[in-house]
Amino acid sequence: MTLRRRVLGWFSRRPGAAATALLSPGVTWLLVFFVVPIALMLVYSTMRRGLYGGVVPGFTMENYRRFFDPLYLGILRRTVVWSVGCTVACLVIGYPVAYVIARATRWRQLLLLLVVLPFWTSFLVRTFAMIFLLRDSGLINGLLLRIGLIDQPIPLLYTPFAVMLGLVYGFLPLMILPIYASLEKLDDTLLEAAEVLGASPRARFFQVVFPLSLPGVAAGCLLTFIPALGSFLTSDLLGGAKQVMVGNLIQNQFTVARNWPFGSAAAFVVMGLVVGAVFGYLRRRDVEALTR
Amino acid sequence: MGSGRPVVELEAVTKSFGATKAVDQVSLEIQDGEFFSLLGPSGCGKTTTLRLIAGFEIPDAGGGEIRISGVRVNEKRPYDRGVGMVFQSYALFPHLDVGRNVGFGLRQRGTPEPEIAGRVGRALELVRLDPATYSRRRPAELSGGQRQRVALARALVLEPKILLLDEPLGALDLKLRKAMQLELKALNRTLGITFVYVTHDQEEALTMSDRIAVMDLARVAQLGTPADIYENPRTAFVASFIGESNLLEGRAAATVNGLVDVLGDGFRYQVRPDHPVAMGRAIKIAIRPEWMDLVEPGAVPPGENGLPGTVDEVIYLGETIHVIVALDIGSKVKVALRNEGQLIKPLPWVRGSRVAAAWLPEDAQVLEDDR
Amino acid sequence: MRRAPRGVMVAAGLVYAFLHAPLVALVVFSFNDSKFSASWTGFTFEWYRRLLERDDILEGLRRSLVVGAVATAVSTVFGTLIAVALARHRFRGRRTVETLLYLPLVTPEIIMGISLLSLFVLTGFPLGIVSVTTAHIAFCISFVAVVVGARLRGMDRHLEEAAMMLGADEWSAFWQVTVPQLLPGIVAGALLAFTMSFDDYVITSFVSGTGSATLPVVVYGMVRRNIEPSINAISTIIIVVTSLLIYIADRLQTDRRLSQGVKPARRIQQR
Repeated sequence: MTLRRRVLGWFSRRPGAAATALLSPGVTWLLVFFVVPIALMLVYSTMRRGLYGGVVPGFTMENYRRFFDPLYLGILRRTVVWSVGCTVACLVIGYPVAYVIARATRWRQLLLLLVVLPFWTSFLVRTFAMIFLLRDSGLINGLLLRIGLIDQPIPLLYTPFAVMLGLVYGFLPLMILPIYASLEKLDDTLLEAAEVLGASPRARFFQVVFPLSLPGVAAGCLLTFIPALGSFLTSDLLGGAKQVMVGNLIQNQFTVARNWPFGSAAAFVVMGLVVGAVFGYLRRRDVEALTR
Repeated sequence: MGSGRPVVELEAVTKSFGATKAVDQVSLEIQDGEFFSLLGPSGCGKTTTLRLIAGFEIPDAGGGEIRISGVRVNEKRPYDRGVGMVFQSYALFPHLDVGRNVGFGLRQRGTPEPEIAGRVGRALELVRLDPATYSRRRPAELSGGQRQRVALARALVLEPKILLLDEPLGALDLKLRKAMQLELKALNRTLGITFVYVTHDQEEALTMSDRIAVMDLARVAQLGTPADIYENPRTAFVASFIGESNLLEGRAAATVNGLVDVLGDGFRYQVRPDHPVAMGRAIKIAIRPEWMDLVEPGAVPPGENGLPGTVDEVIYLGETIHVIVALDIGSKVKVALRNEGQLIKPLPWVRGSRVAAAWLPEDAQVLEDDR
Repeated sequence: MRRAPRGVMVAAGLVYAFLHAPLVALVVFSFNDSKFSASWTGFTFEWYRRLLERDDILEGLRRSLVVGAVATAVSTVFGTLIAVALARHRFRGRRTVETLLYLPLVTPEIIMGISLLSLFVLTGFPLGIVSVTTAHIAFCISFVAVVVGARLRGMDRHLEEAAMMLGADEWSAFWQVTVPQLLPGIVAGALLAFTMSFDDYVITSFVSGTGSATLPVVVYGMVRRNIEPSINAISTIIIVVTSLLIYIADRLQTDRRLSQGVKPARRIQQR
């Protein structure tokens, strides 16, 4: 028996051995470079800040307590509010797109590609595109000035509006694709049945199409809410110093302020919200599946 | 048929998935050259049994032995067992053309190329596909029936001693299925290869098999020739799964000359069982619709059993007529009568007619308990 | 009703415009012969020419390509192995592995960035091109695993078994049957991984330390300092390259979907 056959035989006699061998490289990498760092962060969040940055051992909940300072709670509140706002906006403007794609036949591939392409383009570039449009010397102001609607550039950049616009712009495809996936599975005969029973187009949508697309809507909301919650680049570049989100706070603590424990605690608060959102979504999905 | 020595033996084979037993203490022997079917409803364990023979599943520790040509193969990998297989989905390699699909196994063995070409051509002809036309085609370009044949050719070209088939005809339309059944049977006879065939279609199994193992809930309910299984079903499950059966119950009351009196709730009948039956034992019998007859109530011929009832439905099937009778004792039976021409010799009964369902004691089958 | 109502289609059209117009404007104005963007004064390649003169851009590009190549290669292998294990093998702890695989996909980048930085600093791991590559591999594995996994699910499970019944052992079956089938998925996964790596700013900014700036880090610096339309030029290049890679990945994923894929949408007759 050749060596190869011997090795394969060895694996086949041990259920799970082959799987373990296949999984080891990737799983180990993820454990070491994903799980361990996050665990480390958890530990740091309960430690004290050293004199010149760095950490000093000694358990304390001070960092979490500090988070309840109105200043930081305000940042958290703003982040959550903006994330929810972004999600809602994406839902409202994204749903029609998903709907149109799901109903298209010939152009479907192209329409999908046109949603996917901007999504994969560098977030940095897309954010810069927003700057390019919104800044005082940018396109929008330039256009408005040219047609004489205004005689001074409006400060569009470094406003909450700019950040919200940037968030929506960045995460819109993440809302469209799951809703499209849900709508695509919709059976046309259901709509025909509704029509035969006398439902108006409006009723058909709100009582048949929309409810059946809810799984996709839920997924889309989750996929939009989470990155918005953790976003930092958008508020950094489009918001300036005044529009601070938790992401900026964290980044700040790890660079300028050199308060790693506090930054870690803030990161964990965000993680907590993310995990909460994911669990809520999964529970809801499982409950629905059970009651179906 | 065969040389008399079994070519596949399963001895008390058990296979569990987690806490569930998919195959439970199954023992059987398959003779050389025979067409052997594993028949049963979905979930009965027939596919798992096939996969155990193939080597994709391994019996539980202490869960029996599988032997091929007398040699224990529990530890042998599928590629070392010398067995061929045709899958339900055909499993043709999409990235290879028909010729390379069929020649795949030969290439694994290192057969020289010129020989491969010849053998591939002959295998394709064997399944009635012209090599010149089909060799270069891709599986995606073929119809279901053609893919099926290529899958067969691919397995047969290696000249295996045993061919395993996992519901290969399921995806074909009725006419094609019937044609393929005959072709498979013919291949089995001319090539002398042992066929182990899995199906849930009892008609298919009865048509093609030399012997059938009827399986239910991970066990073999009955093993025998098609005639055995059809005419002498051992359990209520087999009696109902193969063809149709009317089931009646009762308790053994007396025996006279091998004829047993069975008493039910307000009725009695007689059976002639194959083995002696203890008195007082609960009896369940199965009577096939075609073994029952309908007579005027009170005109039951001597020596026959009869139960009175009212005609519920008359179903015209062309060759036969099925009459559903609601018996006075409460249950319903189906009686199959030959149609001798309704215009020449019409049926004397319609819905609502009073009749008696009659049958010979020998024609009823005493059933064993299910599991 | 086959097609969407007129109003909805218009709305969708506007949204598409919203998605693409900013990028189109960016590209167009990268050729604008004026430092101050607002109006079009003439066509020029000046800004592209200036890019070539900038050492930091060229260095950043080189680093991004190297990191991207290595991270893609490693994460593609690791991710494919995981996908195969999940799709073809029975084992306990499957749920855990799946969770572990999906977590990086939902974790905000900033958290991954700072946690890795913490680890590297604690262990004294030098920050540079190696630390960046390591981080990139970490977040690319999940992507590849998901893409290849989807492809595996669409593949007939019995193909490898059929090969084994024809005499091929597990190793031969894998290379002669599984891999040819998976190849479009693997390549698509690799392209996506490369795109993610090439475009990444957040995580890279934390773990690259000083002096190992990748292209996005350099671009970020340019955006911060609001330098001339060269930003438009480099952005255009990034957009074009990314779009090309994604287009190819998309073609690969839809071309060979035999059993699953975009359903023909003709459930009812066209009215």
